[in-house]
Amino acid sequence: MTTVAVPGPSAALRRGTSRNVVGIVLDSVYAGALFLGTFLGVVFLGLLLWTVYDQGWDRLAGDPGEFFGNFVSRFPARAGIKAALHGTVWLMGLTALFSFPVGVGAAVYLEEFAPRNRLTNFVEANIANLAGVPSVVYGILGLGVFVRFLGMGPSLLAGGLTLAVMSLPLIIIAAREAVRAVPDSVRLAAYALGATKWQAVRHHVLPAALPSTMTGVILSLSRAIGETAPLLVIGASVAIFNTPDDVRDPFSALPVLIFNWTGRPQAAFAEAAAAASIVLLAMLLAMNSVAIFLRNRFTTRW
Amino acid sequence: MRRSRTRRAGAVTASLALLLVLEACGGTDDNVTSGGSIVIDGSSTVAPVSEAIAEEFRNEQEGVQVSVGTSGTGGGFKKLCADEIDIADASRAIKDEEKQACAAAGVAFTEFRVGLDGLAVVTSADNTFLECLSLEQMADIFKEGGASTWDQVDPKFPKEKIAIFAPGTDSGTYDFFVEEVLGDPDKPESLKPRSDYTASEDDNTLVQGIEGERSSWGYFGFAYFNENKEKLKAIEVSGEDATCVEPSAATVESGAYPLSRPLFIYVKETALARPEVRQFVRFYLEVTPQLIADVGYTPAPKEDYEKGLDLLASGS
Repeated sequence: MTTVAVPGPSAALRRGTSRNVVGIVLDSVYAGALFLGTFLGVVFLGLLLWTVYDQGWDRLAGDPGEFFGNFVSRFPARAGIKAALHGTVWLMGLTALFSFPVGVGAAVYLEEFAPRNRLTNFVEANIANLAGVPSVVYGILGLGVFVRFLGMGPSLLAGGLTLAVMSLPLIIIAAREAVRAVPDSVRLAAYALGATKWQAVRHHVLPAALPSTMTGVILSLSRAIGETAPLLVIGASVAIFNTPDDVRDPFSALPVLIFNWTGRPQAAFAEAAAAASIVLLAMLLAMNSVAIFLRNRFTTRW
Repeated sequence: MRRSRTRRAGAVTASLALLLVLEACGGTDDNVTSGGSIVIDGSSTVAPVSEAIAEEFRNEQEGVQVSVGTSGTGGGFKKLCADEIDIADASRAIKDEEKQACAAAGVAFTEFRVGLDGLAVVTSADNTFLECLSLEQMADIFKEGGASTWDQVDPKFPKEKIAIFAPGTDSGTYDFFVEEVLGDPDKPESLKPRSDYTASEDDNTLVQGIEGERSSWGYFGFAYFNENKEKLKAIEVSGEDATCVEPSAATVESGAYPLSRPLFIYVKETALARPEVRQFVRFYLEVTPQLIADVGYTPAPKEDYEKGLDLLASGS
């Protein structure tokens, strides 16, 4: 592979200048280094998966009914993830519910309707910057605005809104890419048939952009449900003995529980934390698979 | 099906005994509450105790929702005084400025002592020369510009580098140790703590660090030592009377061991007026002495619990 990438190495060799020989050596050194970089990433991912599996699988497979069906306990052998799992599923739903319409709306506005002026540029620059803001900052925002100012308390609603606000920049960026990828010919064809701008967007651009948009939404959702810091800040519970049945209820979440269990003195809690990590990883992988499936199956190639 | 199995497992150990205790203590009034919720937040050190109580309280009052968060002691007080939670878990007593904040917000509260957390001073199990350290010697180690090799602490010790692994400055354990060993940080005559050491907020990380180095030294909650006894060695501590005391549940409970801190819950007065909260707090005080060892802490002296129960009874 690597030798083919260099055009005419044999010709250079035949000329025999030392400079070219150095170049060829360097070429394979760089290729090797780059390969090592790629390989290392995979090795560490593999190591991570193996440690989590090694530490947690027995706990998870030992009695899955207990592990999924029990609430937390002071006895690690009896502790389960019921409340945290329910909380995480609720959070995922609420986050999607809030962030999807707002994110897609913002993207469509910015791509299709927004006038090119300073205000638009300002908004665009801010969205790009917000995507890089650390998640704990969103937690502080959620605590100040949703929990305190709007009086939601440490509820599912506050948690879902906080994670939604956190996901918005990424969703907007992904949805804009998707909308931009729809070629102008589609819009022009719609206009030619007498469609208004909104009709063109609603009936042609949005459906065409939907698969890529969904991919972006799912990927940022899977990032959101793995977050610990913002949930800790807004006051998610570690121990709770009910599953929520209302968005105003207090909640627990898998990352929060994993974080707490890892810090406990008993080694058996570390095993339970690893088992809970396997569950969280499985959820994330499932979501990412759906995203990849949508992208491969439904994306229109123009 | 699943539920009944869980509950049966729960009944095997403590809960039966606890029910008996409750009967014996004559829990007659307000046992009929149903519904309501109790929101607890605060110290992550105390959280396992509250979690254990909440776990058992379910057998007592099925309908009451209890949730336990871990925003830290300071965070818990802030939320208590902002009227956001019912009970604050705390690994230290409330500070004056926190009291003032509560008073300014018009939130009154009652303090209950619920247990003791011993602080283990430890080294690696491979260490041969460390048996006992006085509080002054530990001050020499942990003060700013303190000893860097062991022979500076005591000439009898070998000239080996002191490898310090201790909690970071955000930890309540750190605050407590600094105050006990170096003196109240608000007073000018107190020694300043050093900062050139390996710090972690995760005690399990400290355990690993100390285990790996022969001339290591560090401190953390007794529970973490207890779970890692074969890898670590507890150093005895001598206080003002110069007798070396090893950390154990007995010496912490008797007060002979110099480094142990009280654990508290702070209950909002307006919450105490609610029957489910009163019942929960009473259950807390009655049951904690039997339960607290399960999560690695030591019961407070009996009088503390009795005083709390009296306070509850008189407050009605």
